Amino acid sequence: MKRQKIIMGMTVVVEIADRHATEETSEKIFSYFEYIDQKFSTYKADSEITGINDGLIKPGGYSADMQEVFRLSEETKKQTGGYFDIRTPEGTYDPSGLVKGWAIHNASKMLLKDGFNNFYIDIGGDIQACGKNNRKEQWRVGIRNPFRPETEIVKVLSIEDRGVATSGTYARGEHIYNPHARVPSANGIVSLTVIGPDIYEADRFATAAFAMGKDGIGFIEKLDGFEGYMIDKDGIATLTSGFEKYTL
Amino acid sequence: MKKYIVSFLVVSTFGLYALYLRSVGDASSAAVSPAPVAETSIPAPTPISAPTPVPTPTPVKVPTPTKPAGQYKDGVYTGVSANAYYGNIQVRATISGGKLTDVQFLDYPQDRGTSVRINSQAMPYLRQEAIQAQSANVNTVSGASDSSGAFRQSLASALEQAKNS
Repeated sequence: MKRQKIIMGMTVVVEIADRHATEETSEKIFSYFEYIDQKFSTYKADSEITGINDGLIKPGGYSADMQEVFRLSEETKKQTGGYFDIRTPEGTYDPSGLVKGWAIHNASKMLLKDGFNNFYIDIGGDIQACGKNNRKEQWRVGIRNPFRPETEIVKVLSIEDRGVATSGTYARGEHIYNPHARVPSANGIVSLTVIGPDIYEADRFATAAFAMGKDGIGFIEKLDGFEGYMIDKDGIATLTSGFEKYTL
Repeated sequence: MKKYIVSFLVVSTFGLYALYLRSVGDASSAAVSPAPVAETSIPAPTPISAPTPVPTPTPVKVPTPTKPAGQYKDGVYTGVSANAYYGNIQVRATISGGKLTDVQFLDYPQDRGTSVRINSQAMPYLRQEAIQAQSANVNTVSGASDSSGAFRQSLASALEQAKNS
């Protein structure tokens, strides 16, 4: 069963191959993402993160989820030599580079706990895939062509119990965008896809590695359990040494 | 061996040029064309042409404002051509009903360069390939929903005009 909904300005897709999945199953997941959006959206005037940025909520008053996200952000900042940082140049906090992957990861754990083993969750191109698809094969995930994002894929991955996240520059032709996204200039790199043990790990390291420009793929190469596919502005891709074990 | 020395020179030149671009590019939104990279077969790895300025863009059209519901006035606004280091990015923003409803790219770096050799020199242990369209069926697709710094810079300047005009 495949269902989708627009949340956080992005398309959220939940496909569950397990037969006992009902509409309620995906509704529960959508509700969770709506709750996350309500808490962490920097666009919402009444979100907790906006309250923090406006100085209305002090560190002692953070919710448990907010404390967790701040803790994970701090940890990721250290692990990436400062390339990942939720603090904006204006001094406010924008944890969007980590929250999406974290939320998808949490939602996947909810499904697993409820007895679903074969599904994927996709928010705006960041994906957690568990178990097998309807044909009892591994999930097939395409990598979007950054130069023709609406019509073409340039790679097909075959994955199971993994997260896949792509960071990149805004691509021509798309109409969904985030004018406040804080992604540094990437020095000739237009797209970096990371396959990791789960989507939380893949997403945060894709964000950080993309900020490193050409060195980002070398950073992914050094990480155990991660593979990457980087595309530069000339359409040349650089692959980590174990990437091809996931390609068809 | 000679090839490596030449390659090293190419890389160094590119690096220095990049530093130069960064110092210039950060200070202003001055449009600078991408660093021309010499092929390794050419003995003198110096930039072939100097950066060329791009004419300052002006707002395309400022229609009569219709009752503004948001913070911006309705119209179509063109942002500055912002240096994305590997080329320039310039966007045109459309405001309707006081809200940003569309962004078009007027300039986006897509020209084919010759930085492939530099990449392979810098990361010899990583394999490279030219991307190729695939036609296989997939369950879903991974892609970026982010934006680049240059995109934001150009968009911000377009929105600034929408505020002040």
